[in-house]
Amino acid sequence: MKSPVTVALVGNPNAGSTSLFNALTGAQSAVANYQRVTTSLNVREITHGGVSLRIVDVPGIFSTSSQSPEEKVGCDYIHDEEPDIIVNVLDAGHLDRSLFLTTQLIETGLPRITVLNMMDEVRRAGIRIDTTLLASALGSPVVETCALKKEGVDALLDAVAAMASTTPATPMRLHYDSHLEAAIERVQQHLSTLHPQELSPARSRWLAIKMLEGDDEILRHESNHADLIGEIKGEQTALAHEHDEDTASLLASARFAFSNGLLREARQQEGDPTAGFKLTRILDDFFLNRTLGLPLLLGILWVMFEATFSLGAIPTDWIKVGVQLATDLVDKSLPEGMFHDLVVNGVMAGVGGTIVFLPNIVILFFFMAILSGTGYLARASFLMDRVMHHFGLHGTTLIPMVAGFGCNVPAVMATRVITNKRARLIAMLIAPFMNCSARLPVFILFAGAFFADIAGTVVFAMYMLSLVAAMVSAVLLNRIIPGSGGDAFVMELPPYRLPTLHSVLHHMWDSAQGFVAKVTGVILVGSVVIWFLQEFPRDIAYSQDFETVVAEQTALPDSPEKEAALRTLKSAQAQEKLEKSYLGRSAIAVTPLFQPLGFSWRDSAAIMTGFVAKEVVVATYAVIYAQEKGSDQLTETLRGAMPPATAIAFMIFTLLYAPCLSTIAIIGKEAQSWRWAGFSVVYSLSFAWLLALAAGRIGGTFL
Amino acid sequence: MAQQISSDILTLADLGPEQQGEVVKIETEDGVFKRRMQSLGVVAGTPVTLDRAAPLGDPRIYSLMGYSLGLRNAEARQIRIRVK
Repeated sequence: MKSPVTVALVGNPNAGSTSLFNALTGAQSAVANYQRVTTSLNVREITHGGVSLRIVDVPGIFSTSSQSPEEKVGCDYIHDEEPDIIVNVLDAGHLDRSLFLTTQLIETGLPRITVLNMMDEVRRAGIRIDTTLLASALGSPVVETCALKKEGVDALLDAVAAMASTTPATPMRLHYDSHLEAAIERVQQHLSTLHPQELSPARSRWLAIKMLEGDDEILRHESNHADLIGEIKGEQTALAHEHDEDTASLLASARFAFSNGLLREARQQEGDPTAGFKLTRILDDFFLNRTLGLPLLLGILWVMFEATFSLGAIPTDWIKVGVQLATDLVDKSLPEGMFHDLVVNGVMAGVGGTIVFLPNIVILFFFMAILSGTGYLARASFLMDRVMHHFGLHGTTLIPMVAGFGCNVPAVMATRVITNKRARLIAMLIAPFMNCSARLPVFILFAGAFFADIAGTVVFAMYMLSLVAAMVSAVLLNRIIPGSGGDAFVMELPPYRLPTLHSVLHHMWDSAQGFVAKVTGVILVGSVVIWFLQEFPRDIAYSQDFETVVAEQTALPDSPEKEAALRTLKSAQAQEKLEKSYLGRSAIAVTPLFQPLGFSWRDSAAIMTGFVAKEVVVATYAVIYAQEKGSDQLTETLRGAMPPATAIAFMIFTLLYAPCLSTIAIIGKEAQSWRWAGFSVVYSLSFAWLLALAAGRIGGTFL
Repeated sequence: MAQQISSDILTLADLGPEQQGEVVKIETEDGVFKRRMQSLGVVAGTPVTLDRAAPLGDPRIYSLMGYSLGLRNAEARQIRIRVK
């Protein structure tokens, strides 16, 4: 065989092929306990036993012929790339269903290895599988694994290496009933006259079956052969006449008949067959309870956000102390001058003001890992489907939406779980309303400053508002975007599983790394840029000659009045200097837009810089106030800067206004249209403005 | 006897909590939906039971082939079953 040998991991969604990929290659791709976590091909090269292998993790598919968009990447890969070896990953607990894909893979004629994954669950349920019998019936070696525990990985690699160095055996074939076989034979012959010498017998049989099954893709390939298409139509009609069923159903039934027969012989159940699902049943009686289910979902989310705020506060205080110590140290050791100011008031204020939110982010991601790893997220979509259906959304949309609490970029990518194109576009456009972790620092800062007693609940309320904004937008978009029709809700509910400690820790570590990278990257650069923008130009034409006035005051005899007057003068000068800086001037230019919302030019500046990434909002405040008041107590300063109603309006505006640059870019890419990306910006800005105005006005009458 | 059974033909959405159903046919013009259902094991002869319903009665979870499948009632109505 050629080198490297391409090995494709192919299996049903949630069968664990990504976990196996990680175990085989040492990669750290995201895994969870719901379907379609993997939406694109993952590739890694490794060497085993002197053979170099190119391992490809193919997104999960239920069949090679369903032609639904979410399975397209996987199906196309098998059709067009023809990997050297297919490793067919089966969830050993769900063999009845997953052997269907195996029967289709048999027909590709490609060398295969069958992997029975999650064998630990099966053994625990008292099920015995005769792998020798399975291997001979499926015409492939069978390897038992438990990918999460890295069991059976070496055995699998040995089997792959052994297969790579031998010539492939004649592929086995599945036999259908005589009518089907005769039809397949005739189409096969027609194909070989059309493409003489091009097709191996296995390949032409496979093509014939696919065409009879009605595979549009392959039929389109042959669309210039009208007689072939005509023949297929004729065969389909004859078969339908004979069996009172369409050909696709006949083939599907025959495949399941094969796998059911095989399992009757190869699988033995000892003890109670439902034992394995008992725990899932008990938990579902609770979590999917008809009266308790939805309140529980809300309760779980509340606990999650409350804990994100309150548990995070403790380590945040430690980091604050550390930042203070570092700032003092730098403050004392650097000589007075512009560089000193840049470092202390720009870099230390901006970076230090943002890094303190690291614990909150890590805690949030801990909860997200638990939700998605246990299988609860799939249940949440089930619970919410009806409610979301009212808003023209689909239950499965909840998965990208909850992913959006982490970051909107993967949320937009996760909309690939949605089959219908229009429904997917709508999901993509509402994803940016999801309160991503970049906005969390803003809310923690503001909620802590203005509503310290109920801060956790205020943060929770912002998350709920983000969901409501998304729902309302969905209704509007459903009216605006032409077309109709949603998706069928078809979703497998996986059994509850305990996420491995490793995967949870990995999730948290990943988010911590990402946040630190952002703080030391875009936040650092942003802080420096903002510092320069607020420091320059230096030759400001002040409204009064501060130097002279200050000198006059200083010459007076010491008194408390003199001190106060000097302080007022200094603050007035700093204020004017800021207002006439580049930052101040540009912010003041757009401030009329925000006047109705009660925002000052400082708030406008924070909003403008937040376009780049929303963490910069906090950094901007930190830099501005560090300069103006010389205060590092951001919370205190902020509290005095605006009334609580304006704080609410600002939080709402920050929550909803324009997605950050990366999100705009990913929308453009995934929707394959920059018009929709632009629409998203304009739409969310107007939406945010209106809602902030309303909230500020209503809040103003109560607070 | 065969006649008697076929008069009991219902759709999956009619399946009650204590009943044992068996798939007869998927009745839809939507080829993609049909193939999707087939690849999930919804083919003639597959035994199926109702597991539970969502808080508002829709969607519902069915047990078949040893796993749980969530389906809206609108889709379940396109699947003909017979009740044993």
